[in-house]
Amino acid sequence: MADNGKIEKVSIVISKGSLEGIYPGLIMANGARAEGMEANLFFTFFGLDAIHRGRHEHIKLATVGNPGLHLATWAGGFPGVSTVMTQYMARKMDKLDIPSIPEFIEMIADTGAGLYGCQASVDLFGLTKDDLIEQVKDIITVGEFYDLAAGGQIIFT
Amino acid sequence: MPTATYAGTNVTVNDEGFFTDPDQWRDDMAPEIANAAGIDTLTEQHWQVLKFMRHEYAEKGTGPTVRALGRTSGISIKQLYQLFPKGPAKLAAKIAGIPKPRGCI
Repeated sequence: MADNGKIEKVSIVISKGSLEGIYPGLIMANGARAEGMEANLFFTFFGLDAIHRGRHEHIKLATVGNPGLHLATWAGGFPGVSTVMTQYMARKMDKLDIPSIPEFIEMIADTGAGLYGCQASVDLFGLTKDDLIEQVKDIITVGEFYDLAAGGQIIFT
Repeated sequence: MPTATYAGTNVTVNDEGFFTDPDQWRDDMAPEIANAAGIDTLTEQHWQVLKFMRHEYAEKGTGPTVRALGRTSGISIKQLYQLFPKGPAKLAAKIAGIPKPRGCI
């Protein structure tokens, strides 16, 4: 931390695979870089979907078991509801010039933030580095993540 | 209200060093502010961004966020971060004498 208390570095963990579970971490990473802070993004468990070549364009909004959506569970569970809600959200975000997840992650990589995949999750899901987008710097263990995060704040999402 | 002196003129700035009155800014102040912010020389590309920032402020009343900068200034996000390592929108706004842009993306 700087003498004046300002945060100089953040390492953000993204552990969820839903739209609303992924965006906050991305906004924090991008915002950190815009403020001149060093930033790292660490994708684990279902967060790997955000950096998975085949899946990163198909991230959905959770419509069941998502009290914040104020949608009855029985209604949210119908086939297609998640897709429709996701498209609705995507249109609203587009109007506000909020980029899609693939575009956002590419942009964040362009700002110089480090993107990493979790070794344990990659093993668990039987993936390799080739399954992940090219902007991912490396697949690292939790210990390596802690080394990377040293001297800064860690944010878990 | 704190003040600062650039190119021999006194200007009012806020606590973070951003101009409170963009009209007080002049071209020749930019290199000094840039120096204080850690940028030694302002290249043509730097100036392209600074001019763009002031133009956007004049048109819209607020400076652009990094994303808007990357989209419409003609300079890519990668290059922007190379020109202004500690946050392009924030730094360029300071050097261009406009208030810090407010935006999350």
